Amino acid sequence: MSVTTLPSRGQALRQPGWLARLFDYKPFLIVMCLAPAIGLLLVFLTYPLGLGIWLAFTDTTIGQRGVYIGVENFQYLLKDPLWWNAVFYSIFYTAVATFGKFALGFWLALLLNNHFPFKSLIRAIVLLPWIVPTVLSALAFWWIYDPQFSIISYLLVDVLHLRDSNVDFLGSPWPARFSLIAANIWRGIPFVAISLLAGLQTISPSLYEAAMLDGATSWQRFRYITFPMMMPILAIVMTFSIIFTFTDFQLVYAITRGGPVNSTHLLATLAFQRGIAGGELGEGAAIAVSMIPFLVFATLFSYFGLARRKWQQGEAND
Amino acid sequence: MTDVAAQSSNVASATPDTMAWDSRARRVVMIYLPLACFILILLFPFYWMAITSFKPNAELLNYKEHNPFWITSPTMAHVKHLLFDTSYPRWLKTTMLVAIGSTFLSLFASTLAAYAIERLRFRGSPYVGLGIYLAYLVPPSILFIPLATVIVQFGLFDSPLALILVYPTFLVPFCTWLLIGYFKSIPYELEECALVDGATRLQILWRITLPLAVPGLISAGIFSFTLSWNEFIYALAFIQSGANKTVPVAILTELVTGDVYQWGALMAGSLLGSLPVALFYSLFVDYYVSSLTGAVKE
Repeated sequence: MSVTTLPSRGQALRQPGWLARLFDYKPFLIVMCLAPAIGLLLVFLTYPLGLGIWLAFTDTTIGQRGVYIGVENFQYLLKDPLWWNAVFYSIFYTAVATFGKFALGFWLALLLNNHFPFKSLIRAIVLLPWIVPTVLSALAFWWIYDPQFSIISYLLVDVLHLRDSNVDFLGSPWPARFSLIAANIWRGIPFVAISLLAGLQTISPSLYEAAMLDGATSWQRFRYITFPMMMPILAIVMTFSIIFTFTDFQLVYAITRGGPVNSTHLLATLAFQRGIAGGELGEGAAIAVSMIPFLVFATLFSYFGLARRKWQQGEAND
Repeated sequence: MTDVAAQSSNVASATPDTMAWDSRARRVVMIYLPLACFILILLFPFYWMAITSFKPNAELLNYKEHNPFWITSPTMAHVKHLLFDTSYPRWLKTTMLVAIGSTFLSLFASTLAAYAIERLRFRGSPYVGLGIYLAYLVPPSILFIPLATVIVQFGLFDSPLALILVYPTFLVPFCTWLLIGYFKSIPYELEECALVDGATRLQILWRITLPLAVPGLISAGIFSFTLSWNEFIYALAFIQSGANKTVPVAILTELVTGDVYQWGALMAGSLLGSLPVALFYSLFVDYYVSSLTGAVKE
């Protein structure tokens, strides 16, 4: 609609038509500008969100409108060992993967904050795992974790002679869980590292100079300057990371589809299995809704992380 | 050179009065060695993907006689199989269509929204901005089941149009926040001058603000393209027929068949599916980094 008024610009300047005047009327213009974005979000985000909560209280299946059945779906879930298993693994997966991503990502950011040749090229390479479609790199990991032709097994058995038999990465529960976490960490490191690097670059070098004059060791400089100054950005990046790790779907679906014996189901993959593949939309929606309390918790974490920023950096810097 | 580097790199390097040789050895151990390990591990899956795509099956499944890290007789058989015996070209076309369509739709919607929030300034505009930001925190995993029923209601099930309309739900919040940041950096005085000269608001947006925000638009555009190219869960849930699938979904659901996996073809498919975004990325690296970090800093 913005385009249609433009050809008449010359005329509009001389004698504004009613259309041009309408588009210069601020309230109308605001509504028109916000309409596409808000409309899309309301129809495809807010409405489904509400609908999902409603579906969780019905027994809808694919092809059949359900009726309200109260909290029956949730009662069923609370008695379902698979759901508890998925809750456990979702939390475990999020906790371990987030810890790994941030430990390694922070380290990588600190390394990248030094001066060395080909710095921008290396920074570009580092971000690659994050750019490539997750499912496709997950397939590469699936191949790396192959029971027979795993390249890691080959290295351990035939090259380094550390083991006698191939590693069974995806065949039994605990190795499969850790294999998935490793793939998730691999994929998450670049995002964390590049975001934290941006934060590191905003820290004024004069702080470090002052600390060095006072005789601070490099550990003290890290502990008392780098770390506190990074807290705000760390909190934001961590919130995003936690939310999107907790609700992860692609990696698990691509590599194990929840197996072996349902030991690696996350809540999202379990919801997909019950809701879309199994056709029990109501139950799937209930599983999806059961993720919301955890997400709210993560968002509050972000809020308090942001609030911390004010007293740490003084009122001038926000 | 090393002196300058040692002084200006303020985190991990030695104190300036250390001897030059000592600090160089220290740098190798503290910086270059871990960095090399990181790069090796981050890149290895891609190397493995690439090398598997061009290996003949005999080499692929025999580590005793062939060094798995290298190819002795490269073959195009897997790529050929992919391009001529499967609907891979069709999947690529669909993915491209969906990615471009949803990118333009979200750019259009978020440019107008960001302009309204940042420049037209009305009562409650910060709350609208906050609302759009909160939309970004709603992950697709809790939306896909109810969205599937919405898509069926609209009669869009199994149509790429459904994906074009749904992807903006996670693209618009991101693009809007990115563009608000860019619009903030454009001096308001420019717009005031134009207002005094009698330009309408839309003329100002089209002729002054947008041309100045081109870097922001490029950032938002390439980011949206990448995110929609990579999207998986909606494409998996809303598309049923083999011909309409996007590349990530199709490789996983159409190429993984039976018990013996065609690793060569799978890896070739992954490689080809990653290439468009990787190429795009290599052309616009700086925009990616700035939009990623800009969005986080906002």
